[in-house]
Amino acid sequence: MAKSKVVSIDEAMEKIHSGQTLMVPGFVNCGVPQTLIAAILERGYTDLNIISNNTSVKGKGIGKLVHANRIKHITCSHIGNNTETVEKVVAGEINVTFVPQGTLCERIRAGGAGIGGILTPTGLGTPVEEGKQVIEINGKKYLLELPLRADVAIIHAYKADKIGNCIYHRTARNFNQIMATAADFVIVEAEEIVEVGELDPDIIVTPGCLVDMVVQARLEDRDE
Amino acid sequence: MNSREFIAKRTAKFFNDGDLVNLGIGMPTLCLNYLPEDVDIWIQSENGVIGLDGTPKEGEYADPDIVDASGSISTMRVGGCCFDSFTSFGLIRGGHVNVTVLGAYEVDQEGNLANWSVPGKTVAGMGGAMDLVSGAQLVIVMTMHCDKYGNPKILKKCTLPLTAVNEVDYIVTELCVLHHTEEGLVLEELAPGVTVEEVVSKTDAELIIPEKIGSME
Repeated sequence: MAKSKVVSIDEAMEKIHSGQTLMVPGFVNCGVPQTLIAAILERGYTDLNIISNNTSVKGKGIGKLVHANRIKHITCSHIGNNTETVEKVVAGEINVTFVPQGTLCERIRAGGAGIGGILTPTGLGTPVEEGKQVIEINGKKYLLELPLRADVAIIHAYKADKIGNCIYHRTARNFNQIMATAADFVIVEAEEIVEVGELDPDIIVTPGCLVDMVVQARLEDRDE
Repeated sequence: MNSREFIAKRTAKFFNDGDLVNLGIGMPTLCLNYLPEDVDIWIQSENGVIGLDGTPKEGEYADPDIVDASGSISTMRVGGCCFDSFTSFGLIRGGHVNVTVLGAYEVDQEGNLANWSVPGKTVAGMGGAMDLVSGAQLVIVMTMHCDKYGNPKILKKCTLPLTAVNEVDYIVTELCVLHHTEEGLVLEELAPGVTVEEVVSKTDAELIIPEKIGSME
């Protein structure tokens, strides 16, 4: 039997350090790894570079890291749902790089799939084009967008088995699936950890080979 | 019916039975209240779902893992499906979404749209808007004809940072329907009681005025 990847939250936190680049999934506050965020807060890690779609809402999810001033730079598509992030960006306390949401997906996918870049029409003729190479193919123009990777991805799964195979629930899947492919180290929190063999191979979304550690998500960390 | 509802009612007539439709947050979602009879559409939301079906009814289970594009808890209809963000934007960029409906800060006669950034005023980010406008088959802008100060929002050339270039197909306002064609912006329909002169005076773009103009209903 393959070796279990289930560890304690303390063991998982040894893999995180201040100043790292973290991928944190979620759409507004859905599908956000709340237990791992709570653990990062407890341990005081700071100066983080976050790659995420957005920053949840004020005081919740990724917004807890914003509130506690743990984020140095964020690469995301939108912060409008979180007024506190907007305030800190305007005040110069957090640097932000905006990436169109579909481009963000594809850059992460490229980072995880060994692709050197992607060509997309999104952003042509807009501020997103600035400083980027425009490539024409068969008479159509595209922007060259480069891959994104992180030191660690923290993932929220609905169920994971002990070797890291994961499934997700409804729209909580969002960025979890691609972010699990694009980091040097991948920690999954799962609402339920099951025995190897309990998940039907046909419905597994994230293959366990991508996952380094599995921890039990704590219900009390979940926002209302 | 107020202006926003009037605009929504007209916009909903662009939908064909079976269309996959992405509605922006705010005014575009009002279109759902005015779907023509015999038109059943599927709502795609960029966070990874087809078949959103509105906020949970009283007594219905509110699943925090089913949210719409604003992050609010929603429901799903039978036959809907969930997927990851890159599949969602593959559907959008790949032209599989039939219609996208969005708001505007500015829109111009070249089909350019600005709806995500007012430098020095808004710091929100573009979210999925750039991909939606670049990728959807039909791009409809719903907007009040002028801003709250009475300044035209339909211009010769947008002044704000763009969302996309030459992608807008139709502009629906409380005064008229404008169709962006290769020749320019065509005044296709007028709201009841509205004259060509009124539209021209409240529009900064050059308009093509056909001999026959339809009535907005």
